[in-house]
Amino acid sequence: MHNKTLAELSAGLQAKTWSSVELTQHFLDRIKRLDPNYNSFITVTEDVALAQAKAADARLAAGETHPLCGVPIAHKDIFCTQGVKTTCGSKMLDNFISPYDATVVANFQAAGAVMLGKTNMDEFAMGSSNETSFFGPVKNPWATGCVPGGSSGGSAAAVAARLAPGATATDTGGSIRQPAALCGLTGLKPTYGRVSRWGMIAFASSLDQAGPMTRTAEDAALMLNTMASFDAKDSTNIDREVPDYTASLNDSLAGLTLGVPKEYFGEGLNPGTQAAVEAAIKQYEALGATIKPISLPHSHLAVPAYYVIAPAECSANLSRFDGVRYGHRCENPADLADLYKRSRSEAFGEEVQRRILVGTYCLSAGYYDAYYRKAQKVRRLIKQDFVDAFKEVDLVIGPTSPSPAFAFGAKGADPIAMYLEDIYTIATNLAGLPGMSLPCGLVDGKPVGLQLIGNYFEEARMLNAAHQYQQVTDFHQQAPADIA
Amino acid sequence: MAVDRSDIVKLGELARLQISEETIDEVTRRLGDVLALVDQLQAADTDAVKPMAHPFDAVQRLRADEVTEPNQRDAFQAIAPATEDGLYLVPKVID
Repeated sequence: MHNKTLAELSAGLQAKTWSSVELTQHFLDRIKRLDPNYNSFITVTEDVALAQAKAADARLAAGETHPLCGVPIAHKDIFCTQGVKTTCGSKMLDNFISPYDATVVANFQAAGAVMLGKTNMDEFAMGSSNETSFFGPVKNPWATGCVPGGSSGGSAAAVAARLAPGATATDTGGSIRQPAALCGLTGLKPTYGRVSRWGMIAFASSLDQAGPMTRTAEDAALMLNTMASFDAKDSTNIDREVPDYTASLNDSLAGLTLGVPKEYFGEGLNPGTQAAVEAAIKQYEALGATIKPISLPHSHLAVPAYYVIAPAECSANLSRFDGVRYGHRCENPADLADLYKRSRSEAFGEEVQRRILVGTYCLSAGYYDAYYRKAQKVRRLIKQDFVDAFKEVDLVIGPTSPSPAFAFGAKGADPIAMYLEDIYTIATNLAGLPGMSLPCGLVDGKPVGLQLIGNYFEEARMLNAAHQYQQVTDFHQQAPADIA
Repeated sequence: MAVDRSDIVKLGELARLQISEETIDEVTRRLGDVLALVDQLQAADTDAVKPMAHPFDAVQRLRADEVTEPNQRDAFQAIAPATEDGLYLVPKVID
């Protein structure tokens, strides 16, 4: 059962080939047996899962036809789940039991989906390797000496190791697409505001967006149908009708124009990754798409702009963790200032503290204009590059990540090298555009990701292009050798 | 722009983070590396560009000024490190 896609599992549930309880128990057993190899879960919610599966079976017996009813999935531990520990990968929230569900979680519950547990992640979603989690690093099922990518590395490893058929994830600078690329999965970051951020622990509020992590584009469409919604509780959420993302998956690609940015094929791109991406572009040509070279001239400023804006927003968002109302509190504080400082210093990891300090610096008197305001202006230039490109092309195509999965510790000592892992993904977050990654080859036995970037709210077009590619290739069907 | 130890001490105060004497040199160096990276922004000509805070230049949606949330103080305080009589307890601030 675990090698079937979410769509196939759903069809089996509807046909009564298996029950949700059987399906859920199967995945729970796999998690118990295999996850010690990967560390992809922080919390496994066995009792909740089996109760939800039982309820889903009752709904299915009563004629429920929602395609996610009874399907087990995992949630990134950044989403608040009522009555279940939500840590965000941090010691700060190791004791936090949320009193409410995130809207994304509630949407899946309303559809009858089953929650297997909460997946591991870089602390507060800050990282590109999943090495900064308080709960230990996640191992890449394709090569356990290598990272799964971050920050949604737990979701990626869980789906790649067939411990869950799909998982939720979030993307602030590439945290869905980069781990999807490194673990051979399909990961989609929707347009900013398409999915509610309510109950999703904030890192950088103008960049964070939730999306699905699955094995196929069809499964991503099924999950996005449920994740995307208008939510009055999130004031940045966009009130716009949610289309059926599965409806256009089979459309022909004839007439589609794909833009290839020259800036995404320069220095720093692994030759094997480049060859796989170029072969994929040729495949698109064979499917009827027109390929057009384009330029995104401010691409080189995306990483610098991001590392002002994201830390600035994180320093504000993480000020709520002060040891007073919830989360970690230090022992025997001398006074209130000592309580704040020691609680935060004891519970935040090195990377989180570094970003808070950078953000505090960029927002402080005397530096605000030189850094924060400047980065916001550059952000508009980056957006304008894409606006101009989309006048000529339907989708932008290129690599997701500069290289396949790297070994643990390879970049940990050099934050700048780690930051450059997201060099091709960050610009879409700054612009608020949707992007996705899908598998397009293997280099040294490790997966390579192909990135598609769409115009605003054109997730359906991206999913259509990804699905058509997956009809004529089998990279998405390949599995790590030793997942059993 | 370069940062030195005194900047880090000040930043630690502003950010409510305790930076130990053993790590301050390392923190200063790392922060300097990040600031060198973001200094690349200074080369961009942005004189005629408006800052962008939201990808759609959207403004916060307003709602009617009505109470819509029920009182859940007990639920919220159940996860607090220390409370008493419905109040959060913190160390004494004023003698």
